[in-house]
Amino acid sequence: MTKLDSKIPQGPLADKWTNYKATQRLVNPANKRKLDVIVVGTGLAGASASASLGELGFNVKTFCYQDSARRAHSIAAQGGINAAKNYQNDGDSIYRLFYDTIKGGDYRAREANVYRLAEVSNTIIDQCVAQGVPFARDYGGLLDNRSFGGAQVSRTFYARGQTGQQLLLGAYSAMMRQVHKGSVKLYTRHEMLDVVVVDGKARGIITRNLVNGEIERHFAHAVVIATGGYGNAFFLSTNAMGSNGSAIWQIYKKGACFANPAFVQIHPTCIPVHGDFQSKLTLMSESLRNDGRIWVPANMEDAVAIREGRLKPTDIPEENRDYYLERRYPAFGNLVPRDVASRAAKERCDAGFGVGTGLAVYLDFAEAITRLGRDVVEQRYGNLFQMYEKIVDDNPYETPMMIYPAIHYTMGGIWVDYELMTTIPGLFSIGEANFSDHGANRLGASALMQGLADGYFVLPYTIQNYLSDEIMIPRMSTDLPEFKEAEAAVNARIDKLMSIKGKESVDSFHKRFGLQLWDTVGMSRNNTDLEKSVQIFTEMKEEFWKSIRIPGEKNSFNPELEKAGRVADFIEIGELMARDALNREESCGGHFREEYKTDEGEALRNDKDFMYVSAWEYQGEDKAPALHKESLIYENIKVQTRNYKK
Amino acid sequence: MDLTLKIWRQENRTAKGRFETYLVRGISPDSSFFEMLDVLNQQLVDKFEMPVCFDHDCREGICGACGLYINGRPHGPDSAVTTCQLHMRKFKDGDTITIEPWRAKPFPIIRDLVVDRTAFDKIIEAGGYISVNTGGVPDGNAIPIPKKNADVAMDAASCIGCGACVAACKNASAMLFVSAKVSQYAMLPQGKVEAKERVKKMIAEMDELGFGNCTNTGACEAECPKEISLSHIARLNRELYAAKIL
Repeated sequence: MTKLDSKIPQGPLADKWTNYKATQRLVNPANKRKLDVIVVGTGLAGASASASLGELGFNVKTFCYQDSARRAHSIAAQGGINAAKNYQNDGDSIYRLFYDTIKGGDYRAREANVYRLAEVSNTIIDQCVAQGVPFARDYGGLLDNRSFGGAQVSRTFYARGQTGQQLLLGAYSAMMRQVHKGSVKLYTRHEMLDVVVVDGKARGIITRNLVNGEIERHFAHAVVIATGGYGNAFFLSTNAMGSNGSAIWQIYKKGACFANPAFVQIHPTCIPVHGDFQSKLTLMSESLRNDGRIWVPANMEDAVAIREGRLKPTDIPEENRDYYLERRYPAFGNLVPRDVASRAAKERCDAGFGVGTGLAVYLDFAEAITRLGRDVVEQRYGNLFQMYEKIVDDNPYETPMMIYPAIHYTMGGIWVDYELMTTIPGLFSIGEANFSDHGANRLGASALMQGLADGYFVLPYTIQNYLSDEIMIPRMSTDLPEFKEAEAAVNARIDKLMSIKGKESVDSFHKRFGLQLWDTVGMSRNNTDLEKSVQIFTEMKEEFWKSIRIPGEKNSFNPELEKAGRVADFIEIGELMARDALNREESCGGHFREEYKTDEGEALRNDKDFMYVSAWEYQGEDKAPALHKESLIYENIKVQTRNYKK
Repeated sequence: MDLTLKIWRQENRTAKGRFETYLVRGISPDSSFFEMLDVLNQQLVDKFEMPVCFDHDCREGICGACGLYINGRPHGPDSAVTTCQLHMRKFKDGDTITIEPWRAKPFPIIRDLVVDRTAFDKIIEAGGYISVNTGGVPDGNAIPIPKKNADVAMDAASCIGCGACVAACKNASAMLFVSAKVSQYAMLPQGKVEAKERVKKMIAEMDELGFGNCTNTGACEAECPKEISLSHIARLNRELYAAKIL
């Protein structure tokens, strides 16, 4: 049994991080030069960690599967990044950001981690401004803010609808500066396929060079996994095509616990599915809910007429529209958190009031254009409107947008302690890849905050507490048996994949699997379907390894082979998600079990039995994983039912 | 829609490339260009042939991974879009579409339509940053920046590094790419400190990597999916003169 020791520092909540930093062990500059750190992934977390560790003087080796580190999927985040600056004088504070994040996560996140996140949030903004990130400013030249779901203050900093891009380019540039200095060595078009554990500690990774197929061994004193979430398991999601769960799945199989796999975020404002050949879903930023109003027709006959093309949305008079979020949640209205907004959209569509294909609702800017003028709306959301028009061929200035929920983010991930270390010593996990800060639901503009907090301001400290014990360990040879064995296993798996020579393409299989996952472990879950799906996924796994077809060679550029490895892992991740969803007999955040809801249809938590993090430990091929529970203790916040009505 | 595709196929960097012709049928006009290529690749896998390789990732127009020459134009016939945001409604049933990789010496072909754009990373590495370490920086509101300047910086910063500007340029110049970065920092007080060194280093690296010079034809601006303006090249030139003369 792996024991979960969260290592939360003693002392009052507000002093924990300060106390930790004051008493942790550090590594002196001369010794830093002797220590190697591997970072896998170059999104906000990976790039900022690589840059910061390089600046401190460690030897960093950074890996990404993309052709350039700048293309990691953090780049696609649109809306913004939260910080408790209180520049708007609207009553914000570190405590309030902490409180909103815990509440937004439906009381399933760790107090100490979230408080630290809120605490360092302000420094992130300062850092990014210093790097030249062109945040939006008001006419006085100071930083501007907007509002996001789940908060009653304006604390979101933004750079048009491209905040993720600007923050990532800031972190990427900082990292490239270290590449120039020689403290970071960058390996692009490399995919991590396994972690190497020597005497119980993470000591390196095995990678595949995606250009020529070469399998390589890399040593380091510590390994940091920053490879993002596993939302692409569903096939259709807002993730990039290459986003995958393989790195976290491989470390899970080597002993790192996987926490809360069932906690998946379904984002309410995505462009609806249009057809069978669709390859991905595009998000429309949550910031649109600042000024857009969400509605469906109030009368069934109008909804039917719209679906059949007999009526246009602009034909529906005001009194026949159901602004269902404003109706159900007067206090937060269109700015309720994502899980609440998604479920409400599904509820209306399931009841027959959906528009478009029936799986869509309207996001309407007519009122905002009247109130603010077209120019202001264009200034705030112009690039998003343009993107919508390019994809859908409809002009959102004239007719409402259509939106529907889609898989967007995974709150679950690798279990880490307060130091962001996994249950394998020397193996760390940061950003979306870990589980630590968002509980059962992440608030908008908090993913960028967490990625950069982990990479710039948390890991560079906590990793030293570990590395200070490693200063006497010389660099190890990659000819050690542990490296050879890991490489042999990777080669064997690739050979096995190439030798299947079945009938079905990887994409076609992934699509089938993704639909099954969406139907049973998607927005709404129940005992019967989950039990069945665990069985179905086991069978699909077997089928995959018999039926897949991969053309081309293993020792060349071969995207089909890359995808096959990732999908093989997604099937297993899906099974674990179903197990976790089955185990958690309550509804909380993004996890909605049909058996557990209030009379009004709201999620019904069970704090008595489920106020814990479920951390799953691998037990071997075809064996059920072991469940470990980390109890969540709330000392600084009163646990209550989430209420966005008043 | 039924379409004829003429696609550049090349096994690796040194292999000899050639055009191959393929037919695809029943494409929805609402599909994206890549979803159309997905259909082709499914056909190829069904025949146990190697699918057409192309770079793509976010498929929402921001990562900059994609970039195809479509009927002789970078990112195809639509304006202000990346290839992944190009939709088939811009084509007609029965069309023949010619698809090639970026053609520029500093971007060697890896396979089929995939090219190596490491040269862009090298230009950034040479000086495309503000040299601040993590921590110890002033408050974000310590230095007010006129909204107008911040907006121009943001216009420049929206470059996605796809390489369409290089592909469009008869000289294979990377001036629009370099100027976007130089201009972003030139508009911000934080960037002023190293302005002179930055522009010199980035231009020197660009030359070193074999990119051509700018002759003001404006092809880069016309094909840029983010509509980065030629005026940033003008600003880069002013910065460069200031760095060399003043």
